[in-house]
Amino acid sequence: MPLTLYGSVARGSFRRYATYRAAILAGAFTNTVFGFILSYTYLALWHARPDLGGYDATGAVTYIWISQALIAPVCVWGGGFQDDFQDRVRNGDIAIDLYRPVDLQSWWLATDLGRAALQLVTRGVLPMVAGAAVFRLRLPHDGRVWAAFLVSVMLAVAVSFAFRYLVSLTGFWLMDSDGVRSLAGILGMFFSGKLLPITLFPGALGALARVLPWSAMVQIPCDVLLQQRTGGALATGLGFQAFWALVLLAAGRAVQGLATRRVVVQGG
Amino acid sequence: MADDRFPAPPGRLWWGLRVWWMTAAMWTRSALAYRTSFVLMTVGNLAITAMDFVIIAVMFHNIHSMGGWDFHQVAFLYATSSFAIGLADMLVGSIDALGNRIRQGTLDGIMVRPAPALAQMAADRFALRRLGRPLQATVILLWSLSGLRVQWTWDRMLMVPGLLVCGTAIFVALFVAGSCLQFWVADAAEVQNSFTFGGATMIQYPPTVFARELVAGAVFGIPLAFVNWLPALHILGQSDPLHLPAVLRFASPAAAALALAAAGLAWRAGLRAYRSTGS
Repeated sequence: MPLTLYGSVARGSFRRYATYRAAILAGAFTNTVFGFILSYTYLALWHARPDLGGYDATGAVTYIWISQALIAPVCVWGGGFQDDFQDRVRNGDIAIDLYRPVDLQSWWLATDLGRAALQLVTRGVLPMVAGAAVFRLRLPHDGRVWAAFLVSVMLAVAVSFAFRYLVSLTGFWLMDSDGVRSLAGILGMFFSGKLLPITLFPGALGALARVLPWSAMVQIPCDVLLQQRTGGALATGLGFQAFWALVLLAAGRAVQGLATRRVVVQGG
Repeated sequence: MADDRFPAPPGRLWWGLRVWWMTAAMWTRSALAYRTSFVLMTVGNLAITAMDFVIIAVMFHNIHSMGGWDFHQVAFLYATSSFAIGLADMLVGSIDALGNRIRQGTLDGIMVRPAPALAQMAADRFALRRLGRPLQATVILLWSLSGLRVQWTWDRMLMVPGLLVCGTAIFVALFVAGSCLQFWVADAAEVQNSFTFGGATMIQYPPTVFARELVAGAVFGIPLAFVNWLPALHILGQSDPLHLPAVLRFASPAAAALALAAAGLAWRAGLRAYRSTGS
């Protein structure tokens, strides 16, 4: 029963991340501090230009706190399963994983979904509560918007996982994939809309940011919860996320095939 | 005393610096073993500050001034903050792995070596690629200086290198003091990020943007305002949102010395409180 297998892998990962309570609190604290700093800079920006990028000041500050809530679950900066996976590639333990009667990519996807679920209810919720206590936020009352948001977040995690999986697979050739990973993290922070909504990016830079997969990780889920995307725009947004999730997962599968066929595993 | 193995105070400082240097050199040789990754990470580090600054450029593409500060003035704050934290991160930033070492029990290995633990930890996994950030910041700083409308009197000219040195020292102190928290809570590595990297992000923007409590906290609590906000008020001739005494604008060296002393005391207290996991 593969589905129950991957379900229990995801549950195990959820419980594993739940063990590190101090780390969760420390992370939520940091996300909150950054939320405060960014909120004030955004307020100054929107004070100077009240309708910048299609948001008003309240919308912009809400955008900050949604994106701060997403940074850990979606792993915009990289992380999650990558530490374990890269260690196993480097020290050769990945050979044991390849012997297992389970699919390598689905196994790691399941662990990452479990981690994302735990981090959404902890490191997602805590900063949001702190932000709402101090700033005026515009969060929807309609349950259907929240449901659409959850679907969008799940797709964002899938896109992010598929991308990070490709990044970590480079370890089969490079042995140490930290370099590629840090580059990927920078691109992710910039093009996801985490630092600044990409609707503010001028001209060609904005057009580029809108079609790259990273906008599926932060910009689209934020716009779904802010109800900047409703009706047809909501459908195209979710479709865009699903498209990139499938393309990147398929690419990951192809590269994984190459990696396991052509690369001699390090072994002692 | 148990510390008989070490030279007495003045020589001891040199001994610590020498240990730091030897450890850093060892890690640099080791990083060069994975050459592709090293090159990519150095490029990545150069790009990280470029991307940060592109965000500020995009902001100023849409507005002309932020809290009464123009693009070149904000770029000055950005560059000085980024230089100070970038250099401090390269010099001692690795110390945030302290919690991991405590958990894995490898801190014991460091403690039994006849060399100061602080110097070893600060240079542990030293990464030369982190030089990328201060280099980028220097380029932005030169660009900013070329566009500032400032009457360059000798005091203003001296204050620029002065604030870079003091700012780096303050961030060094913050990295060390922040990591000491991990002696008590080994998982709390991320908390120090909010003071170091979060603080560096805050002082990239003018103090007029933030709530008065936050600015006051950066003056009297965690001394971030002394990195660039307060000296910049004098250099750029901006007005102080808190109306503090003007003497504070020149107090960065004193603030840096105090911060380093406090961090040193915190480290000693932490080491004394450390109990090995025994594994």
